[in-house]
Parts: sequence; structure tokens; C-alpha cells
Amino acid sequence: MNRLKEHRTALVLLAVSLVFLLTGTLLRGEHEVVLEKAIRICLECIGIG
Amino acid sequence: MDKKKHGAKTHHTTQKKRHAIQLVWALLTNSYLTGFLYGKIYTGKLKQLCVPGLNCYSCPGALGSCPIGALQAVLGSRNFKFSFYLAGFFLLIGALMGRFVCGFLCPFGLIQELLHKIPFFKKIRYVPGEKVLVKLKYLILLIFVILLPLYAVDILGQGSPWFCKLICPAGTLEGGLPLVFLNEALQNTIGFLYAWKNAILILTILASILIYRPFCKFICPLGAIYSFFNRVAIFRHRVDPKRCTECRLCAHICPMNVNPAKNPNSAECIRCGACIKACPAQALSHTFTKRTEISSHTTSSAPLPPSSNGY
Repeated sequence: MNRLKEHRTALVLLAVSLVFLLTGTLLRGEHEVVLEKAIRICLECIGIG
Repeated sequence: MDKKKHGAKTHHTTQKKRHAIQLVWALLTNSYLTGFLYGKIYTGKLKQLCVPGLNCYSCPGALGSCPIGALQAVLGSRNFKFSFYLAGFFLLIGALMGRFVCGFLCPFGLIQELLHKIPFFKKIRYVPGEKVLVKLKYLILLIFVILLPLYAVDILGQGSPWFCKLICPAGTLEGGLPLVFLNEALQNTIGFLYAWKNAILILTILASILIYRPFCKFICPLGAIYSFFNRVAIFRHRVDPKRCTECRLCAHICPMNVNPAKNPNSAECIRCGACIKACPAQALSHTFTKRTEISSHTTSSAPLPPSSNGY
């Protein structure tokens, strides 16, 4: 019980994080934007422009 | 054995173990060897997942995405003005471990630490104005990672990853140098921006030899995000005021210039664990260790000289 009390803020944040992750992936498909960007060489990142 | 000598020896052993973890993690998350051989990048589904540390997704070996690059990609896209996916990711990692990521799971942090091991006659322990300069990373996060990708958009409504484009030396080192070296088509396209980014990289390398993790201290927007969680994360440090003798050994050994006895969960703490190992009174611990009763012990109240902190 003490452990739960000690970490209650973190546990609330973890619960919110799961809701956000599910919203971002299942409802909005944001992970596809990330994938699309990450599988092409990012010219800005490597300094080409 | 003298307590200070014992403390220094334990400290070096702990840091070696940490460097081993950093190295294994960096190799695991950058293990697409074909990329290094042919100057290409990994294009599999794993890249929709982010790694916790700063790790350019255009590194030929990268198997996952850089969370800062991913955040700019989503914010800069036409369809989204807020990223639930990345906000959720930062909340998840932050709530679990805060800046533990910086100390253990960031390849660019490891590179800076290794550079700092290069001997130089005068290392800089405190940068003038350091207390103000450490706030710079929050400004960089706000301007280059959030506001510019959101509002500096082209006619199609798409923003650029401004932090990656203008600042990030990790992208130049992990992506720019190997890809341009291995890819002839890219060699023909380099210009001012490439020179600018290489200049920033050289500056970062030189600064890292003199200063412990200068990029992490002053620039890194990812460290800035995780720093908000240091006080509440499940993995955090704690100090037992009954045991603390205020000898300040922990403050002297801390490479991030934190005073762990006063503020064990400082936003600047990267959880390297040096203070915990150095404490002769065992007053410092983390949330994954069991609290033990105070046993009879003697402590040295004399602080270490600044040069003996091992950094």
C-alpha cells in the first residue's frame, strides 16, 4: 500500500500515457506518420536540407 | 582501506557497468548492419516505434525512431497539431524512469561521456552561468521542436523538423557522416547546411572533451522533457536525512553539478548513480532498493577535492 502511495503520481501518469498511446495509434494513426518519416532518409536531419 | 579511495574505486566500477549497459543498448538499437555496409537505412515496421534516447532515425543502423524527430514529424504534418502518440510515449518513459534514460539509454550521451575521457590539461567543471544555461534546453524544446514545426509551414501546411535541421549534432554524427560517406548521390548534394551542421558537431565534440555532457546539460530537448518527470518517476532517488552527515561528497562527485543531498531528484540528475555509491553514510538510495535501518557507521566529513571526482 505504501508503495502505491509513494508512486501514485507516476501511476496516474502511466494510465494517462496508455490512453494517449491508444488514442494516438488506434484512433489517429500517428504512428504511420512517424513510420513514413523514419523509413526515408531525413535530409534535414543529416544536413542536406 | 581509506574511505575516499574505496569510494573512488566503487565509483569507477559502477560507471564501467553503466557504460557497458549504454554500449549494449546503443548496439542493440543500431544493429541494422546492412545499412552501414551499403549506405542505406532500415525501412521495416519497427521504425514506427520510438527508442527512449536521442538516436537519429537516419542512422544507417537505427531500428527505431528518435522521439524528438518523431515529435517534429507529427507536429509538422498537415493533419495533426498535437501528438497523442508522442505525448503518451514521453509520459510512459518519463513516469517510469525520468532522466534515467539520459544516463543509461542514450547513445549520444555515451558518445559525449567517452569523449570526456580524452585527457586534457584543464577540464571545465563549472561553466560560467551554468545555472542559467541549463534552462536553454527548455527554450530549444519550445522553439525548435514545438513552435517552429507547428507554425513555420510551407504552402501545403507542412512544417520542417527545425531542431534536426539546424541544431542536432547527433543526426550529423549518426546519420549525416556515414550516409554521405557511403552514398555518392548524397555527396553531390551537400552544401552550406551540411557545413553548418558539421561545425556544430565539431563544437560539440570539442566541448565534450572539456565539459561533461555539454549537449545534455544545455541543449538536449529530450533531456528537457524527461527532466519534468524526475521528481515523480517510479525510479527516483531519495535521501535519508537521519543518515546524511552533510559531508557533500555526493555533490563533489556529481558530474552534472547537482547536490543530491539537498535535491536528490533535481531536473539535471541523469541517474548515473555515482552519488549513491559515493555516500559513505549510505544516506542516498533509489526507489528500487529496500530501506534499511541505520547501522553504526563512521563517516568522513571532509569533502573530496574537485579534481578527485573521477570526471
